[in-house]
Amino acid sequence: MGKYVVKKIASLALTLLAVSFVVFFLFSVIPGDPATSKLGTNATPEKVEALREELGLNAPFMVRYFKWLVGAIRGDFGDSYAYAMPVKQLIGGKLVINGVLSLMAIFIVCAVSVPIGVYTAKHTGGLIDRVMTVINQIAMAFPPFLLGLLLTFVFGMVLRLFSPGAYVGYQTNFGKFLLYMICPAIALALPKCAMCIKLLRTNILEEAKKDYSKTVYSKGNNTTGLLYKYVLKNAIMPTITFVGMLFADMIASGIVIEQTFGIPGLGRSLLSAISVRDYPVVMAIIMLIAFGIVVVSAITDVIHAIVDPRVREE
Amino acid sequence: MQKTTDVVRFKGRMKKKRNVQLYIGLGILAALGLFLLLGFIYHPYGTTKMDSAMKLTAPSLQHWFGADNYGRDIFERVQEGLRTSVVIALLSTLIGTAGGTVIGALTGFYGGLLDDGIMRIIDVLFSIPSILLALVFVSLSDFGMTNVILALGIAVIPSFAKMIRTEFKEQAKLEYVQAAKLMGASDFRILFRHILPNVMPTLINCMFISFNNCVLAEAGLSYLGIGVQPPQASLGGMIAEGQGYLKMAPHLIIAPGVVMVLLLLGLGLIADGNARTFFVAVKGKKKE
Repeated sequence: MGKYVVKKIASLALTLLAVSFVVFFLFSVIPGDPATSKLGTNATPEKVEALREELGLNAPFMVRYFKWLVGAIRGDFGDSYAYAMPVKQLIGGKLVINGVLSLMAIFIVCAVSVPIGVYTAKHTGGLIDRVMTVINQIAMAFPPFLLGLLLTFVFGMVLRLFSPGAYVGYQTNFGKFLLYMICPAIALALPKCAMCIKLLRTNILEEAKKDYSKTVYSKGNNTTGLLYKYVLKNAIMPTITFVGMLFADMIASGIVIEQTFGIPGLGRSLLSAISVRDYPVVMAIIMLIAFGIVVVSAITDVIHAIVDPRVREE
Repeated sequence: MQKTTDVVRFKGRMKKKRNVQLYIGLGILAALGLFLLLGFIYHPYGTTKMDSAMKLTAPSLQHWFGADNYGRDIFERVQEGLRTSVVIALLSTLIGTAGGTVIGALTGFYGGLLDDGIMRIIDVLFSIPSILLALVFVSLSDFGMTNVILALGIAVIPSFAKMIRTEFKEQAKLEYVQAAKLMGASDFRILFRHILPNVMPTLINCMFISFNNCVLAEAGLSYLGIGVQPPQASLGGMIAEGQGYLKMAPHLIIAPGVVMVLLLLGLGLIADGNARTFFVAVKGKKKE
């Protein structure tokens, strides 16, 4: 087990190194000079040259890359071009917002879909199962931002359960912040709930057809025993993988849904940084997202290995 | 004890239901197709003509879906938006298919160092959601339709490459490939004349899923305002514009929203309802 974890961490570090190189490379070859865009097109060539020197843009590529990489590892992504402050300060607080949002959504997915998935699999062909299939199919067709608008309309304007756009910062009041995040989290979670229910239900039915299930049956176990003691353990594996992959999706859809609910998170910073070509901020956000995604996928793999010893052997 | 038979009974029932799903999906897409065709016959207003007297008016006989905040006809703008979505999704799926098939075929067939290197990169790209990749690509170049298509196309290549690689790797072990090799067929011929047709069912399923994802991603991009630029209509963009009028005039969002959900629902149902068997069956019939 320890060997497996060490191997995973090594591969994680390698992957992140590759990502950082690709990101840095892409952002240094794209057209558009940050020095020129900062000073405007009227600036004299001498001034531009001086600023380039100051920003360290004249150093060779590899030197710049290593300088940036070492800084990034220590959590220092340099200074923003657009705002005269460190990138760390600019986006540090936003990580909490998006992190909380994603985790809440994933929690909702797990809490809702596992019981329903198991129930519908157990009562296959029943009324609830058939109704759920239809609901699932429709829920999957909703883009999160549209669902967000629907929730805003129903809960915010018709039922008046929350006030749309009245975002409360987590620093001011953490409880109210969490309350405000419930609606966005539901909007993010519902389509994924549908997928998760479907996945779990299909897997349980597949496993129930296998030989070992028949053996367990013939030895005198009832359906409930078979389901919880034997089938569920095998059927839950793809769901674990799916939930692990969800994190990436939640971050991406979160960027869109921030716009729907007026949340000043990573997405807003990313969009505004992109529009003014504030590359240090864009690179930092991409690296942080990639870091989060890779780490979560590694954790998923380790959980997988704990639940299923066969994975470790490979 | 009765439950064992339940599993068996369910099997028969599921097969029947799957076909129903497929036909409902095809029906929805056909209806949307008709809706698009209607635009060729009925277009009295044009998509960009503004009429300040009609601002935010509710659906009526003149404006079937109402008018938006500039007094433009929503019926026609939704048609244009749907067309934009479909064109972008179709072209980016084709780019993804072409790129992914070539990469997947080469890495899966040859293996070795090339395979390891490319798949490492693909794995990394695969883990990052395609909308995020596309967002970065688009914003680094420029906004607009061509760049959205390119960005989404590049962003979906990894998922194709991953699926196709697995298929090619498995097919390459089979006897007919060995036989073709012995007959002196070139690698190119083996890859694209012998193996590719056998991979087709998987490829078609991948294309449906990718088309679905591209529609979603395009909607997200244009909702954020970095997709197709106004005044050209896009479903996501229309929803973003209508968001401010949610309370006053919800019909600004309802029409594009319903069309988008229908499109995604139709695609989802087809991808789900065993498109694979359907298309193989159709193909088989043609050959006879």
